[in-house]
Amino acid sequence: MARPSRRRRALLRPAGFDELGLRRALSDRMLPFLVAAMAFLAALAFAGAVGAASLAHHWREGAGASLTVQVPHGEAPATGQAGTRLAAVVALLRGTPGIREARALTDDELAELLRPWLGSGVERLSLPLPAVVQVRLADASTELGGLAPRLEAAAPGTLVESHGVWIGRLTALARSLQACAGVALVVVAAVASAVIAVATRAGLAARREAIEIVHGLGATDSYIAARFASRATLLAGAGGLAGAVAALPVLLELASLATPFAGLQPDDATQGGLGVLPPVLWLALPGLPLAAAAIGFLTAQGTVRRWLRRLP
Amino acid sequence: MVRFESVGLRYGQAAQAEPEVLQDLSFVIPEGGFRWLLGPSGAGKTSLLRLMYLAVRPTRGRLSILGADIERAERRALPGLRRRIGVVFQDFRLLSHLSAYDNVALPLRLAGRPEGQIRADVMEMLRWVGLLDKLAARPAQLSGGEQQRVAIARAVICRPRLLLADEPTGNLDEVQAERLMQLLKEMNRIGTTVVVATHNDAMVARHVARSLRLDHGRLVSA
Repeated sequence: MARPSRRRRALLRPAGFDELGLRRALSDRMLPFLVAAMAFLAALAFAGAVGAASLAHHWREGAGASLTVQVPHGEAPATGQAGTRLAAVVALLRGTPGIREARALTDDELAELLRPWLGSGVERLSLPLPAVVQVRLADASTELGGLAPRLEAAAPGTLVESHGVWIGRLTALARSLQACAGVALVVVAAVASAVIAVATRAGLAARREAIEIVHGLGATDSYIAARFASRATLLAGAGGLAGAVAALPVLLELASLATPFAGLQPDDATQGGLGVLPPVLWLALPGLPLAAAAIGFLTAQGTVRRWLRRLP
Repeated sequence: MVRFESVGLRYGQAAQAEPEVLQDLSFVIPEGGFRWLLGPSGAGKTSLLRLMYLAVRPTRGRLSILGADIERAERRALPGLRRRIGVVFQDFRLLSHLSAYDNVALPLRLAGRPEGQIRADVMEMLRWVGLLDKLAARPAQLSGGEQQRVAIARAVICRPRLLLADEPTGNLDEVQAERLMQLLKEMNRIGTTVVVATHNDAMVARHVARSLRLDHGRLVSA
């Protein structure tokens, strides 16, 4: 028997045998581009969700675990005990279970606190300012129900300002932002799936004759669906990778802008740019191509199997 | 074995609106039998072959192919059955983007045969049909007769239990047509059931065998 030449042998079975001609039917141009756009949006949405969660946590653990106590006439004698009202209030606070720290602000700190509203030189205005005690709670969930009456008894007119109300509102805002980001992620995944389904259906229509031939030769639904799913997985994965790579510099820039809210110093962003991205995003970004590939695989499998049911 | 019992076939979803293209067909082809399928154009020969290679299911009646009741068989059981049936189509039905080699190798790959075992069989088959020098050519680069020979090689490479041919000699010269008939008879001799639809009266006269004659969708002689 004559042996075929080396060139002819190379033509016998090209790498990635494509019996259905899907390399042309499922183009490697439009589908990866669209999936890349979806992956880019998904990265931004996920980063938004992570950012909102981080802010909510920051607020809860920071301001949520603190109180501000205002003591009018702090230098006046305390009611029914020795020392000033301020000293009495601080002592009472320090002796209260659940309070980790109680510290009276110095005059300079008080002036600094008021600078945004009254400008510099507050001390020259001769305003009757209350003494202010900054209180740190052991835990943000600590309940101090009976504190206000006891403080009132020691120093009449003392005000306890809990940050819980506006922290609660800010937390609700952060959670709604998280929910929006979650919905955006779901919508992006659904659109990506729809795009892949449309491309797959176009591929089925374009290769109908080839599919019918292969089906007639005894190919199972699984075999045909696997060919489409393999191609869609590859293209969607490539699109997801491109989208993740494109999103990285944008996320780094956004993370740099957000450093003041995340408790980092601005220098952190400039000195170690990659370090400003939360670790969960470093895990999520490589996951994007995998998620896109999984959506491509499942969508193509479902679309092709449904279509094949029309064949006997 | 192929068994038809009062089989009828309509095309289309609105079955009641379409006339039956095949009506009340009843016949048996025993295992290892050979049948010519004869009749004028439009008599229903191709529809009858479509029923036999499981491209359609009967609208009524009972149809048994290679021991399986087709009208009741689950859809997932059909691919395995199809792999035991070889078909030579009138219009070849080759995959235009594949080489002659890959077209012939396709049934073996679908059957899950390891690549190392495929090569020898495909080369032998291409040598037999005289296309060893065209193994890398795509169908568009082949003449009608060459495409027909590739289609024949693809149909028989899996050594099918049932071999169906729809006008297989239509694009072949006399020598090639005779070689094809020898192949079909050889396949039949080793136990394959063979059904050949043809208009070639000379071929039928040269190779005497029982025949099924159709006219207007009805069996007029068997």
